[in-house]
Amino acid sequence: MAEFEVQIKEENLAFRKSPILTDKVMHYCPGCSHGTVHNLVAEVIEELGIQDKTIGVSPVGCSVFAYNYLHIDWSQAAHGRACAVATGIKRTNPDKMVFTYQGDGDLAAIGTAETIHACNRGENIAVIFINNAIYGMTGGQMAPTTLIGMKTATTPYGRDPKLNGFPYKIADMIAPLPGVCYVTRQSVHTPANVRKAKNAIKKAFQNAMAGKGLSFVEIVATCNSGWKMSPVAANKWMEENCIPFYPLGDIKG
Amino acid sequence: MKKEVRLMKGNEVLAEAAIRCGADGYFGYPITPQSEVMETLMELKPWETTGMVVLQAESEIAAINMVYGAAGTGKKVLTSSSSPGVSLMSECFSYMAGAELPCVVINVTRGGPGLGTIQPSQSDYFQATKGGAHGDFHFIVLAPASVQDMHDFVFDAFDLAFKYRNPVMILSDGVIGQMMEKVVLADQRPRRTEAEILAAEKDWALTGKTADRNEHIITSLELDPYAQERFNNKLIEKYARIRENEVRYEEYMTEDADYIIVAFGSASRICSMTVDMARAAGHKVGLIRPVTLYPFPTKVLHELAERGVKGFLSAELNHGQMVEDVRQAVNGLAPVEHFGRSGGAVFSPDEVYQALLTKIINRK
Amino acid sequence: MAKIKGTIIVDIERCKGCGVCVPSCPSNVLALSPHVNGKGYNYSYMANPDACIGCASCAIMCPDSAITVYKQKFE
Repeated sequence: MAEFEVQIKEENLAFRKSPILTDKVMHYCPGCSHGTVHNLVAEVIEELGIQDKTIGVSPVGCSVFAYNYLHIDWSQAAHGRACAVATGIKRTNPDKMVFTYQGDGDLAAIGTAETIHACNRGENIAVIFINNAIYGMTGGQMAPTTLIGMKTATTPYGRDPKLNGFPYKIADMIAPLPGVCYVTRQSVHTPANVRKAKNAIKKAFQNAMAGKGLSFVEIVATCNSGWKMSPVAANKWMEENCIPFYPLGDIKG
Repeated sequence: MKKEVRLMKGNEVLAEAAIRCGADGYFGYPITPQSEVMETLMELKPWETTGMVVLQAESEIAAINMVYGAAGTGKKVLTSSSSPGVSLMSECFSYMAGAELPCVVINVTRGGPGLGTIQPSQSDYFQATKGGAHGDFHFIVLAPASVQDMHDFVFDAFDLAFKYRNPVMILSDGVIGQMMEKVVLADQRPRRTEAEILAAEKDWALTGKTADRNEHIITSLELDPYAQERFNNKLIEKYARIRENEVRYEEYMTEDADYIIVAFGSASRICSMTVDMARAAGHKVGLIRPVTLYPFPTKVLHELAERGVKGFLSAELNHGQMVEDVRQAVNGLAPVEHFGRSGGAVFSPDEVYQALLTKIINRK
Repeated sequence: MAKIKGTIIVDIERCKGCGVCVPSCPSNVLALSPHVNGKGYNYSYMANPDACIGCASCAIMCPDSAITVYKQKFE
C-alpha cells in the first residue's frame, strides 16, 4: 500500500485555509453556516486579489464579530444599518470594494428601509444575506423569515400568521428594482451548493467593482443551536423545509 | 487678498462653508427649518468642483449611518438636521463616540417636545451637552450666534473633530438658520488627497489592509467589561483634555458688572440688547455668551461669582436647561435664576430685562 | 491505469466536531473520533483513509477551516 501513500508536500496541496482568514477560532456554534460562508468570502477576496481594496461591513447579530476572522478592514455597524454604512463608505471611496454581511433579523426586519433604499439607489456594493429564519445571537427568537409553524423562543407554539404575520422573501421584493443587477439565492449545505455559492459571491464582488449596481446574495442557512438540532440534522431540516419556501437559484441577472 | 463678502442665509452658509472647508461628503434628510442646507449643496454641485459627495438619504437614521461609514475611512463628513431628526440619529452618535469617529453634526433646532413646532428654540441643550444617547459620551458642542459663526464654526468643528477623533455638534437654531446677514467667506480649501488621509489617519482609518499593517476595525463593541471600562477611562481623559483646552465664550460689559446674564446662540444677541437697556437704566449688567456649550465655561462664571457678582440670570429659549450648568459653576455663591420662552416663542430684550429686575435685581 | 489518491489533515484543536464533513464525503472516508480534543469535541478523522480521493468536499464544507487536503496522482 505504501506506493499509494500521498506525500504531504506543497505540490500535492489540494485545499488549504485561505490566508485571508485569520487564525482566530470562530465564536460560531459547531456546524454554523456562517463559518462556511466566511471561508467563501475569504477565498473570493484572495482569488480576485482585492485584499487591499476590500472593506467589509457587519452589523449586529451573530456575524457582528466577523471582523475578527478576515484580514481586511471592517466597519461594525449598528443593528440594521449596514447598507447605509456601506453607502457612506462606497460613495466617498468609489475605488474600494465594499460589501455587507448581514443576517435576516438585521437585513429584513430592523434594516429593511436601509436595505431597500441602498438597492433602489443602485449602490455599487455586494450584500451577503444569511437567512437562517431565526435570531441567533439573542437566543433564537422569531425573525421576519421564520417559517409558518416554526417554533422559536418568541413563537413557542409555532409561528402563527394571525399573531405573527407571514415570512417574506426580501430577495424577490428587491429583484425588480432597477438599481439591483444581480439577485441569487444559494445555500452551503452540500459541497455542490458551497461551490455554487462561492461563484455567486464572486460574481457579486465583480459586479460591485465594475459599477453595475447592487448585487444581493442570499444564503439559506442553518442555525442548529436556535433550531435545537444537530448540525447534520439541521442541514436536512433546512433542505426539507426552508428550501421549498426559499427556492435556490438566480432570481435576477 | 480681498475676501469674498456676501449677504446670505444661515443655512445656505453652512452649505457654502462645508464645501469651502474641503469636506468629502454630506448626507442628509430634509426637515424644517434646515432643508436649505442640502438644497444649497445640490444647487452648488460640489461633486463637479471639489469632488465632495452630497446624498439625500431615506431617513435621518440612514444619513447619520452613512456619515459613520464614511468617517470610518478618514473622510471629512457631516450631516445636518433639526430637533426630531437629531433624536432619530442619536443611536449612531453613541456608536460614533464609542468608535472615536470624527464628524460634524449640525442641529438647527426647533420647538419641542415631539414633532413640536418649526419655530426656533433652544430646548435641545440637554440632548446636545449631556450625551444625547446611551452610554457615557460627549459631543463637543459649538453654539453659533450669527451667520458668520455658522460659516466659521464648520471649519472649527472639523478641526476639533479630527483633533480629538470625536463627534462635534453645531447647535444652532431656527433664528440663525433662517436669517440673512453679511458673511465673509473663507477661500476654498482643497479636499485631502488619499495620500494625505493615509498619512494623517494611518493608525485607524479604513483605507484597505496592506501588507505593511494589520487590519483596521471600526467598532464600539466589547465583551469584556474591564476592557470597556479601560476604554471609557480613555474617553474620560479625552473629555478632560477638551474641557482644559477648548472652552470658548464671549464677554460683554462684564468687567464691572453686578449682575450677569448667561445666554447662548440667538438668545445671546437678544440679551446683549437687554444689557444695553439695563445699563441705560443705571444697572451694572453684563453678559456671558458660552460659545462652546460642551465644554461649558464653568471657570469664568465661578470667578465672576467669587468676585462678587450679586446674581445670574440664565436666559434660554427653553424651560431651563443651561441654568443647571450655570448653578453648578456658581456653586451657591450667588442666586442663579432662569428665564425662558419655549415651544418656538422667542423673548424680547425687554422681557428679559423685566425678568432680570424681578428675579435678580429686585429679588427679596 | 492512473489512480488519484488523497489524504486530509484535520487541525484537531480547531475542529468543533460538528460532523457536517462526514456526510459530505462521497467516499465515506470520515467519521467523528471516539476521542475528544482539548475543548471536548469528538473531532473528525479519516476512518477509511484508503478511500480518500482528495476531492476537498469535506474541507469546503468545514465551517472552521480545520481541514487541509492533499492529493497525488499515481501512474
